[in-house]
Amino acid sequence: MSSATDTQPEVTKRASAPLYAKHAKIYPKKVTGPFRRLKWAVLVALLGIYYILPWIRWDRGPNAPDQAVLLDLEGRRFYLFFIELWPQQIYYLTGALILASVGLFLATSLAGRVWCGYACPQTVWTDLYVWVERLFEGERGDRIRMDQGKWTLNKLWRKAAKNAAWILIAFATGGAWIFYFTDAPTLAWDLVTLNASSTAVWFILLFTGTTYLLAGFAREQVCIYMCPWPRFQSAMTDEDSLVVTYREYRGEGRAHLRKTQSWEERKADGHGDCIDCNACYHACPTGVDIREGSQLACIGCGLCIDACDEIMTKIGRPKGLIAFDTQNNLVSMATTGKKAVYKLVRPRTIIYSLLMVVVSGMIAAGLVLKPSLDISVLRDRAPLFVALADGSVRNAYTFKISNMTRDSRDYTLTASGLAGIELSVAGEHQSDSAARLRLSAAPDQVATYRIFVTVPRASVTAASVPLTLTLTTAGGDGDSYKTVFMGPAN
Amino acid sequence: MAKNVEKDALSGVETTGHSFDGLKELNNPLPKWWLYVFYVCIAWSLVYYVLYPAWPLGSTYTKGVLGYSQREDLAKSLADAKAAQAKYLDRIAKASVEDIQKDKDLLSFAMAGGRTMFNENCSACHGAGGQGAKGYPTLADDVWLWGGTTGDLYQTIKGGVRQGDVVETRGAPGVGMTAFGRDGILDKTQIDQVTEYVLSLTNRATDKAKADKGKTVFEENCVACHGDKGQGSLAAGVDGVGAPPLNTAAWVYGGDRATLVQTITNGRAGEMPAWSKRLDDVTIKQLAIYVHNLGGGK
Repeated sequence: MSSATDTQPEVTKRASAPLYAKHAKIYPKKVTGPFRRLKWAVLVALLGIYYILPWIRWDRGPNAPDQAVLLDLEGRRFYLFFIELWPQQIYYLTGALILASVGLFLATSLAGRVWCGYACPQTVWTDLYVWVERLFEGERGDRIRMDQGKWTLNKLWRKAAKNAAWILIAFATGGAWIFYFTDAPTLAWDLVTLNASSTAVWFILLFTGTTYLLAGFAREQVCIYMCPWPRFQSAMTDEDSLVVTYREYRGEGRAHLRKTQSWEERKADGHGDCIDCNACYHACPTGVDIREGSQLACIGCGLCIDACDEIMTKIGRPKGLIAFDTQNNLVSMATTGKKAVYKLVRPRTIIYSLLMVVVSGMIAAGLVLKPSLDISVLRDRAPLFVALADGSVRNAYTFKISNMTRDSRDYTLTASGLAGIELSVAGEHQSDSAARLRLSAAPDQVATYRIFVTVPRASVTAASVPLTLTLTTAGGDGDSYKTVFMGPAN
Repeated sequence: MAKNVEKDALSGVETTGHSFDGLKELNNPLPKWWLYVFYVCIAWSLVYYVLYPAWPLGSTYTKGVLGYSQREDLAKSLADAKAAQAKYLDRIAKASVEDIQKDKDLLSFAMAGGRTMFNENCSACHGAGGQGAKGYPTLADDVWLWGGTTGDLYQTIKGGVRQGDVVETRGAPGVGMTAFGRDGILDKTQIDQVTEYVLSLTNRATDKAKADKGKTVFEENCVACHGDKGQGSLAAGVDGVGAPPLNTAAWVYGGDRATLVQTITNGRAGEMPAWSKRLDDVTIKQLAIYVHNLGGGK
């Protein structure tokens, strides 16, 4: 920020203050302007997605859910439009999380905490709740007066109505959440006819409670005290990141506007453009005075910019006393009065962008090449091996075939690695052994077989010999699994 | 209360009057939230006393109006689990072991149930996975003393081996392999010769002449139970004996020379309890299916 000598007294002042700050309720003032409009637009879009997504249908054929986005925990399948994930493919979630965090890093290095200011659920729901609060209790001044005043009938019904509306929104939030985990229309009907499971009701109530608490009361405290992101977000920004900034060089020294004084006289007195009207401070949803510089509580929503621009227009000064600006530009303007060149392409933006391209490429490639067959083999450990009457040695394997298609599939199992392998499968015809086995798996199911591999004693050349089990479909594609065959060590 | 209430100059908080080497204890009140939680807990405990079992009264206790009991809960959840299995258990009860083997659903249910019951009841002697131990036949291989079909296995588990008071037991109680040495039927030379012959059945003989002499001893004493080629009573078609084959790689007590001499000298008579006395029929059927599918079932 500014040079060391400037901040010195401030630091001393801070150090002597107690570490515990009593929470003061924040009454954000209504703002109009481009950033406010953007925030509304994002809010409507995100809430729209949240509420509509579970209702979108997607035809997957018979015997499969037709919900576009369904996290079927009970059936152990995730459905995302054309993607269907089995539990063992959970690593795609890791990929998605990496992509999300790198995206967050990129956005932060470009424009500060825009995620916090616009897209974070905490911000979106708090914004909605403040709007409801304003609807019932009025503007900032009215709300402060009402909170300080006595309980009257007017205050009672307004508070009650506000809380009722909040709980309604919270209920709708919690209600929508569970639609992602089970078939939405069925569950909605169950809820209406009071037939929903206790699990569903429990989660609705849980999310109703948390929404009501977090958006209604905790609000900015979540950002300041609970969220880890503000703690390390400063590592993502640099001198070329656009962050919400008070242009100190233009605003200081701040002083109230005197009608009798012309702007030239005011400048000659050593005063800047800031008329100390506190509009920026009153507009802030987290109670930040942006003129104190970039700080942890600032969520980068830009509402103070709208508030300040409105005032600047009124008093006939140019907009942008508070703006999304870079550290470099600020220093350059303060020292030389020249605009710094904005650098969009910097090492960190390049690295983050590249990482995003690579990770999305990997996910996309993984999804395209995603096999429709997965096999898993578990060798019997007790007994390690069995000596048969004729001296030959047998190992048993639990063989699982995950048929990730919508059709019933037939497979051929072969084994290689030792001479004279005979295969058989536990069940009715287990005494029929052959060099290859015919196995099958029902659609979208895991078929489990107990496979016996028998070889002549002479083939077992060591206590453990590598063995490869290969499963092929009629179409020719397949999968193989490397395991071992164990026998007596000579 | 102390008469002279002293206030700490720095914090403005009253002191308790306690002083330790000049350090004074401040009389800070408990945090409000803590205090209220404490009161709520007391209130809840009163509600709890009424609702749930709480106070011991000699040999009984206050039952609580909800009538809650962990024992009953357990009994109920066990009954529920049983009821959930009922549709399979009922079918298993009605089906023969051969039919269970053919039905894929029943087979996998019986395999899972049989596995649990095997681990609880059988693995102590026969080993996990039926790997066997000295004197306890391996169940995963393809050598059987009393038959390896599901029906045979069902019968053997049910009646046990050489059990006194069970009608359908395998073999006769107390009747096993003769103690040829101890009872003076064969002398040491003959035992040595017949041992050599038995070893020759699995191509391990070292003295051809001795084995040939042993063959005579074998034909006179052993073929009645073990068969003319040492193929065992099952393959030779001798009922109710359970004499193991002597021409395979599998041995119940061990196939080395010293063990064979010991066996021929002292005889053997393995036993197994009749599980029908301890387990129900449905469980025994599941066990038969499980053992059959260990790998050696015929």
